[in-house]
Amino acid sequence: MMRICFATAALACLILSQPASAERIFVSNEKDNTITVLDGQTLAITDTIKVGQRPRAILLSTDGKSLYICASDSDRIEMLDIATLKIVRKLPSGADPERFDASPDGKLLYIANENDNKVSVLDIATGKIVAEIPVGIEPEGVAMSPDGKTVVNTSETTSMAHFINTATNKVIANVLVDSRPRVAAWTPDGTQVWVSSEVGGAVAIVDASKHEILKKIRFEIPGLTSDQAQPVDIKITKDGKTAFVALGPANRVAVIDAKSFEVQKYILVGQRVWNMAFSPDQKRLMTANGVSNDITVIDVGDLKAVKSVPVGRSPWGVAVAP
Amino acid sequence: MRRRIPVSSRPVSIGRKLAMAGLAVATLAGFCGFGLCGEMASAQTPAPAPPIEITYLGLTVERVLPLSYLDQPPTDDGIQGARLALGDNQTTGQFLGQSYHLNEAMAADPAGAIDAFKKQVAAGQRLFVTDLPAPLLLQVADLPEAKGVTLLDATTRDDTLRGESCRRNVLHTSPSRAMLADALMQYLVIKKWGNIALVIGGDPADKDYADAVRNSARKFRIKIVQEIPWTFDPGSRRTDTGHYAVQAEVARITQGVRDYDLLVVADEADNFGDELSYRTTSPRPIAGSQGLVPSAWARPFEQWGATQLQSRFLKQANRWMTDNDYGAWLAVRAVGEAATRGNTSDPAKIAEFMRSKDFDLAGFKGTKLTFRDWDGQLREPILLADARSLVSVSPQPGFLHQFSELDTLGVDRPETKCHMQ
Repeated sequence: MMRICFATAALACLILSQPASAERIFVSNEKDNTITVLDGQTLAITDTIKVGQRPRAILLSTDGKSLYICASDSDRIEMLDIATLKIVRKLPSGADPERFDASPDGKLLYIANENDNKVSVLDIATGKIVAEIPVGIEPEGVAMSPDGKTVVNTSETTSMAHFINTATNKVIANVLVDSRPRVAAWTPDGTQVWVSSEVGGAVAIVDASKHEILKKIRFEIPGLTSDQAQPVDIKITKDGKTAFVALGPANRVAVIDAKSFEVQKYILVGQRVWNMAFSPDQKRLMTANGVSNDITVIDVGDLKAVKSVPVGRSPWGVAVAP
Repeated sequence: MRRRIPVSSRPVSIGRKLAMAGLAVATLAGFCGFGLCGEMASAQTPAPAPPIEITYLGLTVERVLPLSYLDQPPTDDGIQGARLALGDNQTTGQFLGQSYHLNEAMAADPAGAIDAFKKQVAAGQRLFVTDLPAPLLLQVADLPEAKGVTLLDATTRDDTLRGESCRRNVLHTSPSRAMLADALMQYLVIKKWGNIALVIGGDPADKDYADAVRNSARKFRIKIVQEIPWTFDPGSRRTDTGHYAVQAEVARITQGVRDYDLLVVADEADNFGDELSYRTTSPRPIAGSQGLVPSAWARPFEQWGATQLQSRFLKQANRWMTDNDYGAWLAVRAVGEAATRGNTSDPAKIAEFMRSKDFDLAGFKGTKLTFRDWDGQLREPILLADARSLVSVSPQPGFLHQFSELDTLGVDRPETKCHMQ
């Protein structure tokens, strides 16, 4: 884009870069109680929005108009209007919401209540909790299947992935994984669920219909002990070919061939890399780095870290709006 | 470990015995929460698994008021950690058809503790979490009844119990004094604070703490420039103007101590250590049993999800978690983890699994905790914290080890005096 800019008139340049510059990156800062908004193109901070206490997971609404925020210590979900950057609704969540996911129609949110051993189901339109599903201790990861029929929740101290039928809101299977499972992610075809275990240091690939572990991926990083590779967030490309796994205190993102389950590369990013988000075109991946207080932008094609940008204190979650 | 755990195929015992009724109901409630009550009735019914029994064997020690009235010693120290871990085990167990039961056996004196232990063994108990002083723990471990029993020591720091007096049937979830001292000395190395003075209280435990500091200082090449015995008993220091006496005494004993970076204090019973800061002749920070304290757990600790454990504990016990609570929590969780991973309710197999290479425990310290096979000590990072902030966590970066960096803390395999057959 920049090359085009230099080669053409200034006016044309502005028009050309318009669609890209509309892209915005949202970052939750756990210790600042704020959301940082960055211009997707220039990576400059455009706004800092005060939100509830201890904002952690953030999620773009299905219609792309709002950002849902887990305000963990305020025990609620806040709804940020992306156009006005104002908090427009405060919704109940159950105690200590940490992570969540939406139903494919965008009507329900499934929220992990870390202190309450439950997953709460929130009807966004009515603002009411319509179901509470008991799960293991310290529920964290929540992932909706592409068909919307199953939601997977991980519980950190119980070390399980709980498969929940969304029609009945009942647990249909529990899969024991390595210690402190954090994040669950479905493959786009809905056949597998990938589960990261932070202390166990592994990503388990679970067969979504048989509820059996197909494979465990471990991480050997030259110069680091295996204890330092603590997988957290998992992002799988739309084509299902590549998975990115944030490795926490190893300060790296692992690139995995999602078919062979082989680690292809480790990309050095900021410190304690926690959660990630693709740009809408999936050409870039943003990582929130909790200790270095910045985000890193990875070029998905080159598999290289392009730039790191300071945000607030303890950045936790990241989302990109088109 | 590829295992599928279908909830629906696991039967649940309902009111097998009156004594177990509470547990069974709790388990049943867990399943009914998932709408599986109907399925349970139709499931095939192999013999229901009995609960996994754990006994907390403790000695009710006489409460001694600490120096600061701000922190009154809790009457339920240790046991609250075991209770919290029981709940954690129960929740996991309900998904696996396992349940747990915690017997609380508290005795007022050593003879009572031995008696209680014998009774529990006779009643079939094999897994014990102990909150006993070192000599008594050793006595219990050597009883003929202790054969085939596992004692998870949740509270002692005694180095001889991990050394020449180690026992095959004892595992330690509390860190040894050697580990605590090493954690502090590593930090001093990082800070390049190479010279310390050491104030030693009059209790036998203080002598042991000082020994650990001496050994560790030698290991990490920290120089102890002077040792200062604490002999002062001000008596009424909390009465009006009592502070003058303490202030003068601390200035006196530190007068003329040359070229030291830090004053290390050995005062495990909390008799005087809190009254050293700001009173020394030269301005020096305090560390050791007070000041910057190496410990297994600390109130300001919130990393690696510790916030969750802190808040769950606070909610249950209405007070902060102590080292003893954490040690007991680890011990009961270790049993649960071995039962879950080893897929067994048999105490002998649980004990075996805890010692195996497949065992690891998540203890909110950001790394796997495992038992050392040479002395039964749980490997764990040690926190360095003062009353209001976490300062650091050891092992410090750069202290390398060929097997586990956690083995840079405490007595490593080549140096151990423990020779368990």
